[in-house]
Amino acid sequence: MSPTASPSKHRALGLTDHEYELILERLDREPNDVELAMLSLMWSEHCAYKHSRRLLRRLPTQGPHVLLGPGENAGAVDVGAGFAVAFKVESHNHPSAVEPFQGAATGVGGILRDVFAVGARPIAVLDSLRFGDPTRSDRSRYLLDRAVAGIGHYGNSIGVPTVGGEIYFEQSYEQNCLINAMCLGLAPRERLIRSAAVGPGNVLVLLGALTGRDGIGGASVLASAELGEGDEAKRPSVQIGDPFSEKKLLECCLELLDRGLLASLQDLGAAGLTSSASEMASKGGVGIDIDVHRVPLREPGMEPFEIMISESQERMLCVVEPERVGALIGVCERWEVLAEPIGSVTESRRMRVLKRGTVVADLPVEVLVDDCPLYDLDPIQPAIQIYQPPDRLLTGDESPAETLMALLGSPNLASRRPVFEQYDPVVGSRTVRRPEEADAAVLALQDGSAIAVAIDGNGRRVACDPRTGAAEAVYECAANVACVGAEPLGLTNCLNFGNPEKPHVAWQLTEAVEGLAEACRALGIPVVGGNVSLYNEAPTGPIFPTPVVGIVGKLPDARRAGRLGFLHEGDAIGLVGPFEPSFVGSELAKLRGEPPRGKLPFKDEQAVRDAHTAVREAVRAGALHSAHDIAEGGLAVALAECCVAGSVGARVNAPVEVFGESPGCGFVVSGPEEAVVGIGTVIGRVGGPALEISDVLAVAVSELAAVHRDGLVKFA
Amino acid sequence: MRARVLVRPKEGILDPQGQAVERALPALGFSGVANVHVGRLIELDVEDPSQLPEMCERLLANPLIEEYEIIEAIPAEAAS
Amino acid sequence: MKFGVVRFPGSCDDVDALQAAARVDDAVLLWHGDRDLQGVDAVVIPGGFSYGDYLRAGAIARFAPVMEEVTEFAHEGGLVLGICNGFQVLCEAHLLPGALLPNTSLRFIFRQVALEVVDADTPYTRACEPGQRLSIPVKHTTGRYFSPEPVRVVLRYAPGQNPNGSQDDIAGVSNDAGNVFGLMPHPEHAVDALTGSTDGLQIFDSIRAHVADRLPV
Repeated sequence: MSPTASPSKHRALGLTDHEYELILERLDREPNDVELAMLSLMWSEHCAYKHSRRLLRRLPTQGPHVLLGPGENAGAVDVGAGFAVAFKVESHNHPSAVEPFQGAATGVGGILRDVFAVGARPIAVLDSLRFGDPTRSDRSRYLLDRAVAGIGHYGNSIGVPTVGGEIYFEQSYEQNCLINAMCLGLAPRERLIRSAAVGPGNVLVLLGALTGRDGIGGASVLASAELGEGDEAKRPSVQIGDPFSEKKLLECCLELLDRGLLASLQDLGAAGLTSSASEMASKGGVGIDIDVHRVPLREPGMEPFEIMISESQERMLCVVEPERVGALIGVCERWEVLAEPIGSVTESRRMRVLKRGTVVADLPVEVLVDDCPLYDLDPIQPAIQIYQPPDRLLTGDESPAETLMALLGSPNLASRRPVFEQYDPVVGSRTVRRPEEADAAVLALQDGSAIAVAIDGNGRRVACDPRTGAAEAVYECAANVACVGAEPLGLTNCLNFGNPEKPHVAWQLTEAVEGLAEACRALGIPVVGGNVSLYNEAPTGPIFPTPVVGIVGKLPDARRAGRLGFLHEGDAIGLVGPFEPSFVGSELAKLRGEPPRGKLPFKDEQAVRDAHTAVREAVRAGALHSAHDIAEGGLAVALAECCVAGSVGARVNAPVEVFGESPGCGFVVSGPEEAVVGIGTVIGRVGGPALEISDVLAVAVSELAAVHRDGLVKFA
Repeated sequence: MRARVLVRPKEGILDPQGQAVERALPALGFSGVANVHVGRLIELDVEDPSQLPEMCERLLANPLIEEYEIIEAIPAEAAS
Repeated sequence: MKFGVVRFPGSCDDVDALQAAARVDDAVLLWHGDRDLQGVDAVVIPGGFSYGDYLRAGAIARFAPVMEEVTEFAHEGGLVLGICNGFQVLCEAHLLPGALLPNTSLRFIFRQVALEVVDADTPYTRACEPGQRLSIPVKHTTGRYFSPEPVRVVLRYAPGQNPNGSQDDIAGVSNDAGNVFGLMPHPEHAVDALTGSTDGLQIFDSIRAHVADRLPV
């Protein structure tokens, strides 16, 4: 064995003294350099979820359609007719702040791999992006431009449509942009595969790209003297994604699964071979031996620790029975994908790294995967306002019409067309609802049914009131899915927060998870997987606490998928749901320079659930011509959006404050009067050239359309 | 032999990449910049440099829309 | 009749083209590495990013083994349809004149555009009327058509609809004989009312009608 690591090295690698002592206790000796590198990564926040794992256990994960729950590469739900949909959302925030094009691109690449790692063919991508204020910050405009280009580059090149997403701008994200990528994939139920390594004696095969020094960064303190200063270029901190390479890898893996050649499959992400192999071993209750000499390398002279923690992209790890290895290599050759047997599954329950047969690391799998200490948070509600107020753009003296125009043209509400025109939404020929046609994307299945998917998050409202704000994210996302006629089957979430070791952030996180759990229980939606991104802080403070949720649902008839635009002159317009809006945390409050504070409106969970059901059923029955949930900007903005999408006006009375908000609780629907009366209150009719809210405002649809269309153009 | 092939858009063909760079440089404070074109560099070790023109004509460049320039550098072993 | 859709490493819209063609008649996939056209009556080179668009879009795909057969087939008058990346491959292979350059915006663009049928006398447009409008989506970064020589224009973007700056608003061209046709828009994404317009079907229908006419009675 190589010489043991000196005690101070562990700190340089991010392990606390306490954690190091635990390691010494569990191993009953000091770890050597290779082992220390592996442990430092497996015990990092990113891999071990030290500060969030206990909290995440509060989320409900059971549901009648769940096939794969949290803990696998992606969650999966049964969608009928023998098919499953696998899906997950993940963040790539920190790399994107460094290099937004490649950060966003590799974020997409990573989430795609998580989905095909469970045996599902990726059929859609959605992205939730958050940046600083584009009116003030060149940097935020640059990040937006590059991140969108990166997402487009990767998704378009690999042939997976980008069908939806959201983009928000707040000062709070100036130093810490958020890039959350969601993917969903389709698989015949029998093709779903787990990542547990099975069968001692089976062969471990590495597929895909060569292994370089990507992502080694901090662990480079362990490098031997040959790679000294001036060699930073050889240790790229930015990973470059190659969608062409991943396309071949994807097709190859799906063919290997169709031919029954794989016993298990795992993607290589954070902490590379170390985390993938040890997690596979842990789930299977087995051990794994890896000979680093067998790993195909991009750089000469890589040391064992580098090979074991490299984060080079576009690689997968699989377990194969020995007699099938030949057939596997044949399939891989056809797809021009490198396949190299690098190790084997053992009975030992140990993770062993060898170099040409000599053991260079030998750790119990448990110590790597299970023994990392989990920390309880120390939540304390902040007594003071921790966020700066935004710029005051409206004084409050503006007329309602002027206010509506200001909202509709603001960066948070304007049309995202300049962005989504950079994405291909149709490859795969399943897309029934493209961006801006409806509140959720809809993808047709072979049997005439369809999948709906939406992604929603919020930061400013969660900053006001984390528990209710987080619940609202779930309600709003579920409302989007209801608008197209779909029933939610499962939810994935990404929690983007600041430093959890600080009590006020710990409070935000604890409350937010509680709020997510409550809303999921209220609506009966299980959480099937997700991701946590912590330490999103600048010297000025943390980002807004930002939970992002993605929901997948199903509708029985793709032809009946709902739309958001008004359709026919004369249609009745209805307001549906327990909609009790307030200005707290609203877009109008933001434009008026209010910091995020105040209690968000109470929600009657049962009434919300009933409203979602009513809208869903009416859309499915073909009874309604349009359905749109009331979100940012309140009723006035929702009505304006329906008018602009339908190129037709409306004449309505507003029974509530027109700019107040309460996400997930209210819907604007249109259709024949009987249909509307059945589920809500008639508030007016479709028709005319303008949106007229009596005694409040009247604005020509053409003007609304122009300000909506142009709002983001100068930034995107 | 270590060869380098520079490929650039033909004169007269609209080069929006070149134009974008030409606009961006003054915005960063650099004046006196004109006539910017953006192309590609291909580097390769070749045993027979006389094959390079044909390689360019057939694959490395598209002669309809691109010009190429072959720069033969030092013998391969001496190249770092 | 039988359509053959070529699949290169990196092809994305191959399955879409296959499904679209299958609405009209039989369709099979042709693997890039096989010198075998399986007796098809029309070859479709689909959209996507063959070989990652490395070097230049289509520059590497044109040398695939299957392309030798496609070239011979074209020289003998066989029908060859190139869609988007397929158009790029055909230009690189000199089966069509001209070249595709980066969009003037330098960005990828997806948009449903209106096309005008300029030449309704080709095997690909015979089901259309001259001047007819077709609503078909484009999705590309490198679609600006350029040709220093005169060329047989088959489709143009309708006024105001040119998404990429192509000369004379050209969206699709054929060779002089009319048997090889390339276009940037994606007709295979306009064959189902559920997912968009159905105007693209007319191109596949035209091909089937043309092949049917050439068969001995």
